[in-house]
Amino acid sequence: MLSIKNLHASVEDKEILKGINLEINAGEVHAIMGPNGAGKSTLSSIIAGNENYNVTEGEILLEGEDISELAPEERAHKGVFLSFQYPVEIPGVSVTNFMKTAINESRKANGKEEMPANEMLKLIREKSELLEIDRKFLSRSLNEGFSGGEKKRNEIFQMAMLEPKLAILDETDSGLDIDALRIVANGVNKLKNENNAVLVITHYQRLLDYIIPDFVHVLMDGKIVKSGGKELAYELEEKGYDWIKQEQEV
Amino acid sequence: MELKDKLISSFMAFEEQIDVHSELHDVRTSAIKNFENKGFPTKKEESWKYTSLNAILKNDYSVFPKHENAIEFAEVKKYFLHEIDTYKVIFVDGKFSSFLSSTTHDGLDVCLMSSALNKPKYKMVIDEYFNKIASKEESLTTLNTAFSNEGAYINIPKSKVVEKPIEIIYFSTGKEDALMLQPRNLVIVGENAYVQIIERHQSLNENPVLTNSVTEIFAQKRAIVDYYKIQNDLQSANLIDNTYISQKQESRVSVHTFSFGGNITRNNLNFYHFGERIDSTLKGITIIGDKQHVDHYTLVNHSTPNCESHQNYKTILADSSTGVFNGKIYVEKEAQKTDAFQQNNNILLGDKATINAKPQLEIFADDVKCSHGCTIGQLDERAMFYMQQRGIPKKEAKALLMYAFSNEVIESIKIPELKKRITKIIAMKLGVNLGFDL
Repeated sequence: MLSIKNLHASVEDKEILKGINLEINAGEVHAIMGPNGAGKSTLSSIIAGNENYNVTEGEILLEGEDISELAPEERAHKGVFLSFQYPVEIPGVSVTNFMKTAINESRKANGKEEMPANEMLKLIREKSELLEIDRKFLSRSLNEGFSGGEKKRNEIFQMAMLEPKLAILDETDSGLDIDALRIVANGVNKLKNENNAVLVITHYQRLLDYIIPDFVHVLMDGKIVKSGGKELAYELEEKGYDWIKQEQEV
Repeated sequence: MELKDKLISSFMAFEEQIDVHSELHDVRTSAIKNFENKGFPTKKEESWKYTSLNAILKNDYSVFPKHENAIEFAEVKKYFLHEIDTYKVIFVDGKFSSFLSSTTHDGLDVCLMSSALNKPKYKMVIDEYFNKIASKEESLTTLNTAFSNEGAYINIPKSKVVEKPIEIIYFSTGKEDALMLQPRNLVIVGENAYVQIIERHQSLNENPVLTNSVTEIFAQKRAIVDYYKIQNDLQSANLIDNTYISQKQESRVSVHTFSFGGNITRNNLNFYHFGERIDSTLKGITIIGDKQHVDHYTLVNHSTPNCESHQNYKTILADSSTGVFNGKIYVEKEAQKTDAFQQNNNILLGDKATINAKPQLEIFADDVKCSHGCTIGQLDERAMFYMQQRGIPKKEAKALLMYAFSNEVIESIKIPELKKRITKIIAMKLGVNLGFDL
């Protein structure tokens, strides 16, 4: 599904990613953990195509195709989805209208007809139920005045609507209370299947109690320094990141 | 001959053409004298520092419309709010078009300035209101006063709630090589009365037009007036719009100005208070490109206690367009407990676009709440990335952001069909079809 090879990236001449290698297959859930400033959010932004970062070396392959030169919307059309840590407010554009535009732009790019209105409504109903979202919520302006939890739930609702191949969840657990966390995780788990993949980016292990990863990677100072199974997350929770640092130095 | 000289020499002819013995003769004569002394404003004047009229004054304008030019409704239907029933006061090349209009004297007056100025039955009203709030000093206003003869006359009696909006449209056909228009509107809204008015100036071809318009609005006690100005004219059109508003106690007047087109547009919007607990709202959206120029010059004169004013102007400038926002709030010593708010947000899309923003607060009372905020920026890159990440291409994402930026002002449009129309014009300006009505 996603294959990242020797990825180096910088912002304003400061190197942030220093040679990342990552293989994610369809049907897998991967987690990237690491301390603040390790480059976690940079990695997710770069996969999604944020133009503020320069990829200086390496490649990003999605189903074998190099996407590192594509615009963010082109990557989205190919099935990359990023759930933002800080979703943006768009006054005057309702959640529903925003989703209609996003879905139809994607369909247009993939040579499909616009989704008929009744089909769209059905999809919206189905997915909003999945995320336990009140219908009234959908006619509100996108993210405007939403609580932290509502914003995150709305991100996963959008993910459910767009049905991406690769979903990157960037610090989706931050700002969520336990109920919201459960709803969000439940949504992600229900959307998960053998044809898609999820990359969870998180500082804490908490979310991984609900979205169980197949692989855990530790990102430190722009490099993946350790990979393992889900038990690695518990070890990190217990021992902290310093433990890895020490292990590295040895 | 320079335009100024041409106008002054035309004045005699104009006076002869209309009723000379009218008492308005003195008003007009002193007005033309003021204009003769001052001439057209230049950039040397502080209030015209950022707007030069030089280039547009060079055209050889016809100052009196010569012909009655008819136009078909089908040709201009799109400029009307045709989805709903409205009163209409329509002018073609400065002449009233009874064919396109829908006026009334039934319970309210929606008719012609020329009738009001000339018919004896309106004499008392004219004596009481005409040229009473418009400036007698400002040169362009006095130029209009000197030639004032035609425009819309609207008089809403006490407690009348006008169900239908009133549309005032000035069309210019372009049959003259260059045309100067000086419409004069008078709006009187009685105690407890309510009215919605939409004003528009529209050229139908590329011949240059210079419109110097003056509107006086009088809102009596507890009257409510919602006034909308649509400025989406052709590149050949220039508009100087002078609006003077007099408010009595507890009245509420709002003016929305939508500036989307035209070559040079200057809005002089002035609010004066005569009573307590008055509410004044001034809002605007400006979206322009090419070399277009829009200048908003606002004044709210707080002279009485316990009044409020709210200003919110949004500007998006592309290409080499220029914008000016000069917002003056004057709080006199007596105007305690004034609550005055002013906001002006600007987005520059191009490196060559320019905005001159100048909030001006002069406060002489000591117990007031006055605030202003002014921002100049580019489109939020984070928001762009967010929308692109959801598959929305750059151009559409940009449009959505610009729409979101102006949304605060759009939301306060009280006529749904007009709101739809404005969002449609915005979508057209931004060149997108988002698959839903914004």
